[in-house]
Amino acid sequence: MAAAGRVSAAERIVMAIDTNSKPQLAPGCRLGENNNQRVLLMPERALRLNGPSLEIVSRCDGKRTVAQIVADLQKLYSKAEPHKVESDIIGYLALLQKERALDFKA
Amino acid sequence: MTPSQTNPLAVVCELTHRCPLHCVYCSNPQELAARATELSTETWISVFRQAADLGVLQADLTGGEPLARTDIVELVRAARTAGLYVNLITSGLPLDEAKLDLLISAGLDHFQLSFQSSNEQIAEEISGTKTHAQKLRILDWLKSRRIAVTLNFVLHRRNLHQMDEMLAIAESSSATRIEFANVQYYGWAFANRELLLPTRTQLDEFLAKVKSAEERLRGEIRIEYVVPDYYAKYPKPCMGGWGRKVMLIAPSGDALPCHAASVIAGLQFENVKEKHLREIWESSGAFQKFRGESWMQEPCKSCGRREQDFGGCRCQALLLAGDAAATDPVCSLSPRRHSVDAILSTISSSRSLAWQYRPNPS
Repeated sequence: MAAAGRVSAAERIVMAIDTNSKPQLAPGCRLGENNNQRVLLMPERALRLNGPSLEIVSRCDGKRTVAQIVADLQKLYSKAEPHKVESDIIGYLALLQKERALDFKA
Repeated sequence: MTPSQTNPLAVVCELTHRCPLHCVYCSNPQELAARATELSTETWISVFRQAADLGVLQADLTGGEPLARTDIVELVRAARTAGLYVNLITSGLPLDEAKLDLLISAGLDHFQLSFQSSNEQIAEEISGTKTHAQKLRILDWLKSRRIAVTLNFVLHRRNLHQMDEMLAIAESSSATRIEFANVQYYGWAFANRELLLPTRTQLDEFLAKVKSAEERLRGEIRIEYVVPDYYAKYPKPCMGGWGRKVMLIAPSGDALPCHAASVIAGLQFENVKEKHLREIWESSGAFQKFRGESWMQEPCKSCGRREQDFGGCRCQALLLAGDAAATDPVCSLSPRRHSVDAILSTISSSRSLAWQYRPNPS
């Protein structure tokens, strides 16, 4: 029951990401570095950024659409299944949206 | 230092105990530090650099009221220059628009404004000061500025019914984050506990409202909340575990594992005027005392949750069980849980008691 509940909640969030919107870091959210580890700093917390997550966040500049970020990273990770790359990116953007780390411009 | 021990993530900097407010639940100790004992600007700047070297990511500039420090802009700039993310945790007094702009251009990342109520009347009863209108003015100023804003509503029996009005204040502001912080019972709040403890009905209504608000505001405002742990089944993982994530520097420079640690007799606190932050973090007796699991008693010692909640809160164990190494008595597995239930059973709507207000130190 609990697992099923989690899946449906995750799906609801994923549905909420508009691929034509242009994500950018929300006020008070910025990239930082500590002990050679890149981090996303935000009010009272920080997220470690590694490989793909850093590639995603550094493209959230308010100029690229979600669809463009997806296309970009499908090229960068050309050995990976394109559909998997897309769902991973949408899932990560949804997580950042829930953390309130992103603004999505129309 | 144990092998699993890593660096602290945040350093809480109590820049002063001076404050224009007199909140009945203030988390400062009952023995407040006088202005003459406060650390100098230079020492704080050195603390920020040492913290960044130690791997700390976040500085929480708090108090007392951090804006009572005349060098606050310089301190914000120094913390940011050292490489820290700078949070200001403030009542918003004293502040004008020009000072706000100075703080932002000095590198302030996050403005966390505390609210005592959704209206002036209860706010004044709780803080012993008229400050509510000033807070609403500040929210207006913040709207046109690019900075993270959190509204921190401190909740208890006298204002839990105002959830809708509090949410309305947040939604008409530029806040991206709300903290609904139910009062925790230490220091001044412990002294005023009988007047502050909510009823079970209030708490259930609060939880229903906070959950529906979380759903409705997803992607716009992140809501974080803390329940009063007297009502909890298991204790909170206080400070994320003793000496695991957070270091607190008191106005005098004493380094503590948490806000209330000075109530535990026998703990010796090292001072940043005499020792480097790294040395304090790694080997100070006060930080070692309840690190890891070797100090634990039953039922914590063999409990499957001991890596989740670390036995709960040491200060609460002392206050309620008389033993800082005991299982936190709010835990349903604690042999002393009945003493907490006894406290809850005495809650009434009687208001015959008088508030004990926190004074302003000299």
